Amino acid sequence: MIEHTLENEKQEMRQAFCQCLLDLAADEERLVLLDADLMSAMGTKPFQEAYPERTVDCGIQEANMIGTAVGLSLTGKIPFAHTFASFMSRRALDQIFISGAYSKANVKLIGSDPGITAKTNGGTHMSFEDMGIMRGIPTMTVLEATDITMLKWIMGWMARTYGMQYMRLVRKQCVKIYRDGTDFQIGKAVQVMNQFDAQATIIASGVCVAESIKAARTLSDEGIGVRILDMFTWKPLDNQAVIDAAKQTGAIVTAENHNVNTGLGAAVSEAVASSCPVPIEFIGVHDRFGQVGDQDYLAQQYGMTAKDIVEAVRKVVDRKRLYLHR
Amino acid sequence: MNESTDADKVRELKQFAGRIRQETVKEISAFGTGHVGGSLSIADLLAVLYGQEMNIKPEDPQWADRDWFVLSKGHCAPALYATLALRGYFPMDWLNTLNRNGTNLPSHADRLKVPGVDVTAGSLGQGASVAVGVALGLKMDGRDNKVYLVIGDGESQEGQIWEMALFAAQHRLGNLIAFIDYNGLQLDGYCKDICSLGDATAKFEAFGWQVVDVPDGNDVPSILQALETVRSKAQKADDRPSMIVLHTVKGLGWSEIAGTPKSHSTSINEQQRDQALAEIQTMMNAA
Repeated sequence: MIEHTLENEKQEMRQAFCQCLLDLAADEERLVLLDADLMSAMGTKPFQEAYPERTVDCGIQEANMIGTAVGLSLTGKIPFAHTFASFMSRRALDQIFISGAYSKANVKLIGSDPGITAKTNGGTHMSFEDMGIMRGIPTMTVLEATDITMLKWIMGWMARTYGMQYMRLVRKQCVKIYRDGTDFQIGKAVQVMNQFDAQATIIASGVCVAESIKAARTLSDEGIGVRILDMFTWKPLDNQAVIDAAKQTGAIVTAENHNVNTGLGAAVSEAVASSCPVPIEFIGVHDRFGQVGDQDYLAQQYGMTAKDIVEAVRKVVDRKRLYLHR
Repeated sequence: MNESTDADKVRELKQFAGRIRQETVKEISAFGTGHVGGSLSIADLLAVLYGQEMNIKPEDPQWADRDWFVLSKGHCAPALYATLALRGYFPMDWLNTLNRNGTNLPSHADRLKVPGVDVTAGSLGQGASVAVGVALGLKMDGRDNKVYLVIGDGESQEGQIWEMALFAAQHRLGNLIAFIDYNGLQLDGYCKDICSLGDATAKFEAFGWQVVDVPDGNDVPSILQALETVRSKAQKADDRPSMIVLHTVKGLGWSEIAGTPKSHSTSINEQQRDQALAEIQTMMNAA
């Protein structure tokens, strides 16, 4: 089980992102950074100052940025390309699909401001579908960094692993979950909590992990124990952890900052349906667009708060009892 | 080179272009149908690049010092496949497998399947950006390799081409030598009736490229001359990317379709194949 602190990170995610790039670039001269006029927003100007010859700010042209990154990778570079998650997935999809994945290139795709964390950028910039879009691309690895500890691990893995990989991450403040230096594994969910006699498993990702931990505290007071899995690795999904959760706890709640119909809820449902059908409740966005608002407001709007997760767990546990007594 | 060896070289390249045309026609007719028009319009350019201009080693397609070639109008891969086979990148009999189940030669150029294909293309506009990335990567490493890129005039309707055009000029990619196969036709008809590219020379000049306009883009000496112009500019440390605008005839070599909208993708029966092969042979004999 994992220690969790639930304190705000001391750094913003973007500061950690830039520092991590600097650290990796010091040891890996093939690493290059591309952006489409969001370097200031992403806080990567210090990288540009340290490595001007390895920084390519393409300007406002996401499609050409991806093609350029692919071309760079064909000459042996290790390109990290950043834009907002919405533009990365929706605007540059065909380039990522064909120039990138279909032709087996090596580009690290970084999508920031996922879902409700786009806040006042609102509906045009709010990606509730980026992970689903990426999940539909053969061979693509699809990840969501939960906190800075995990972010650092994922970036190191990306830099040393050939292939097309997508990571979404919060750009600004984030909650710290993991002890510094924690090791992760692609395709392996993190068991954040496993209470005695867990009656349901919350399979969460991104900002919903912290909310799930808060929810577990409330549920514990009511005598409902839960297991929490941080499914940061959407593809490959940890099927075994999902199946174990279904078999051992008999009920599942998925919790994501994303559209349920193409997202984690869908992915978990596929795994559960094909092995051990159990009741599932889905926390996340249900076929809606984004809008402006602060993060707390948006979390309430889309039913992503700890309170919503508590209710979903109660509901799924009730459904399990009905199911068992049928 | 003296005049007689120049003439010999031109004659040789014209013969090579004829062979590329013939093998392209045979290759497509072996399957029955394909993108014959745009393949035939670039045959002379391919002959010049693979017959003389590019620094390549067919026995070592991944040779680090090679020049790169990107066919962004990836549906014209049959002509590239014919060229690569004639240069010995893979056996000639592969050409009979175009688009057949399990083939190594799919409709659109594929770097994972075809020895000598550097960049996968097919969704128009994309190869151009990848070419620019390759050129930038080579430049970052201080290498002398050149990147040759072919785009279509129809393809230039894609916004990505103009993103690429801005970017290549901004990054002073003097190692990028691009060509527009300006044959005036696209799938649905004449480009000028659909979404005209207009004056490609003026447009690319305005984007900061050095541009050479070649009125007869199917003429081997004219293509050689254009490349010579580009080279002499490059020697003057002009690090602008180059665009050579080749005014070509789509389907050149097969009169039944040449220069008509029908040429884009068409079936070829045996009789048509033989007619086209004979016409190409006549062209070669006259060269």
